[in-house]
Amino acid sequence: MHEENFEPIISVKALDLFYGAHQALRNVSLSVVAKEITALIGPSGCGKSTFLKTINRMNDLVSGVTIKGQVLFHNQDIYVNCCDVVELRKRIGMVFQKPNPFPMSIFDNIAYGPRVHGIKQKAALEQIVEASLRKAALWDEVKDRLKNNALGLSGGQQQRLCIARVLAVEPEVILMDEPTSALDPLSTLKIEELSQELKENYTIVIVTHNMQQAGRISDKTVFFLNGEIVEVGATENIFNKPEDQRTEDYITGRFG
Amino acid sequence: MPRTYFEKELDKLKIDMVKMGSLVEEAMGQMRIALKTQDVQVAEQIIVGDDEVDYMEKKIEKQCLVLLARQQPLAVDLRSISAALKIITELERIGDHAADIAEITIQMAGAKYIKPLVDIPVMIDSTMLMVNRSIDAYVRQDVELALNVCASDQEVNDLYMRVLMELINSMKRDPRTIDQAMNLIFISKYLEKMGDHATNIAEWVMFNVTGVHKSGKQVFAR
Repeated sequence: MHEENFEPIISVKALDLFYGAHQALRNVSLSVVAKEITALIGPSGCGKSTFLKTINRMNDLVSGVTIKGQVLFHNQDIYVNCCDVVELRKRIGMVFQKPNPFPMSIFDNIAYGPRVHGIKQKAALEQIVEASLRKAALWDEVKDRLKNNALGLSGGQQQRLCIARVLAVEPEVILMDEPTSALDPLSTLKIEELSQELKENYTIVIVTHNMQQAGRISDKTVFFLNGEIVEVGATENIFNKPEDQRTEDYITGRFG
Repeated sequence: MPRTYFEKELDKLKIDMVKMGSLVEEAMGQMRIALKTQDVQVAEQIIVGDDEVDYMEKKIEKQCLVLLARQQPLAVDLRSISAALKIITELERIGDHAADIAEITIQMAGAKYIKPLVDIPVMIDSTMLMVNRSIDAYVRQDVELALNVCASDQEVNDLYMRVLMELINSMKRDPRTIDQAMNLIFISKYLEKMGDHATNIAEWVMFNVTGVHKSGKQVFAR
C-alpha cells in the first residue's frame, strides 16, 4: 500500500468520548490523509457525527462532554496545544446537514468570516467573495444578485453558499455532516461533483447516510458501529469485499 | 434485518440460472444420443432448442440489470449479480457449441463411423458433469465444488489430446477417413471448449464467494 507514504493531516489516537456517563466513542483511532475524501458511515447513533465534531472541537459546545485520547492536526494535539479554537475552526471548517446561511445578503454571508479575521478593504472582500463562490460552483447563479438575502436561495444553492462561506476563510480541512440529506438529487449531484473538485486543494471528511454517495465520492471509507471503528479501507475495497462481516451486513442492507 | 424483497429477487435469479443450466445440460445429453446413434431428428431438436437457451440468457441479463439499477447491490450481492452476468455468457457459449456439434452430427449422419466412438462420449459425460457442478456451485456458493470443476478440466484436455492424436494417426494411415476424422476433431475441440467455459463459470463462483478472481490454473499453481 502506497498510502503509508502520506503524512496524515489529522491523526486521532485512542479517542474516548463521554456525554456525561454515556460513552459515545470507544478507543477510536484514525488517520486522515490530506487531499482525500474520507467518508464516515454507520447506523444512527454509531458515533460518526460525534467523531466528526471532535475534529474541530464542536463538542466543546455540548455540556458534560469529556474526552480522552488525542486528536492531532499537523501533529499538534488540538485539545492540548491549540488554545485558539476560532483559529482551529478557520483551518477546519464545517458544513452541516441543514443549510444554515445567515439572514443577510449573499455577499455578506461570504464576507462574514474574512471580516471576523480582520479583512476590511472592499476590493479584497469582493475578490474573496467571487473566488469562494466560483470554487463552490455558485458564482454564475448568484453573481447578479449578491445583495439579495441568502435565504431566498434554493436549498441546494444555500448549501453551496455554506461551502463557499467555509472556503472564504481558506481552510485546509472541510468537515461535512450529511451535507446533502436535505437536498434533491440534482443539488446532491452538484455537491458531490463539487467535492471532487475541492479535493484538489482541501481535505474532506464527510458523514453520510447515503451509502452510494460514500461509494461515489470517497477515497477511504470508515465504518462506525456502537462508538467504535469496525473497519477502515479504500472505498473500492469496502464496497466490493469488506473484511468484517458487520461491515458487509451494513452495506448490503442486512444490518441489525 | 433481512432484505426480503431483494432476497426473493436473488432467489428468482438463481432459479433461472438453474433452469438455463438444465437446458444446456439437456442439450448436451441429447447431443450424446444424437452423436452415438447418428440420429438426425434429435440433432435437429438441439438446434431448435438453442433458441430457448438464448432466450434465458436475455431474460437473466435483464433481471440482473434491473436489480443493479433498482437495488444498488454492494459487496457479496454486487458480486453475485456481476458473476451471474458473466456466467450466463459462458452458458450461452456452451449451448452454441452443443448446437455446433449437432450440425456436424447431421453432416456425418450419412456414413457409418470409421470406428465406434469411445473417448468422445466420455468427454461429453465429463463436460456435462462440469457444467452441472459449476451451476450447483453458484447456487450453493460452494468454493470446493468450484475447485473440483477446475480440476476436472485437465481430464477433458487430456482426453482431447488423446482423441486428436488418434484421429491424426487415422488420417495418416488411411486418407479416406479424413472427412470424418476432421469432423470428429471439430467435435472434440468444441467439447474441450465447453470444459473451458464450465471452468470459467467455476472461477466466477470463486470470485462471487471470495472477492478475488483467479484463473483455475492460478489456483492450482499455488
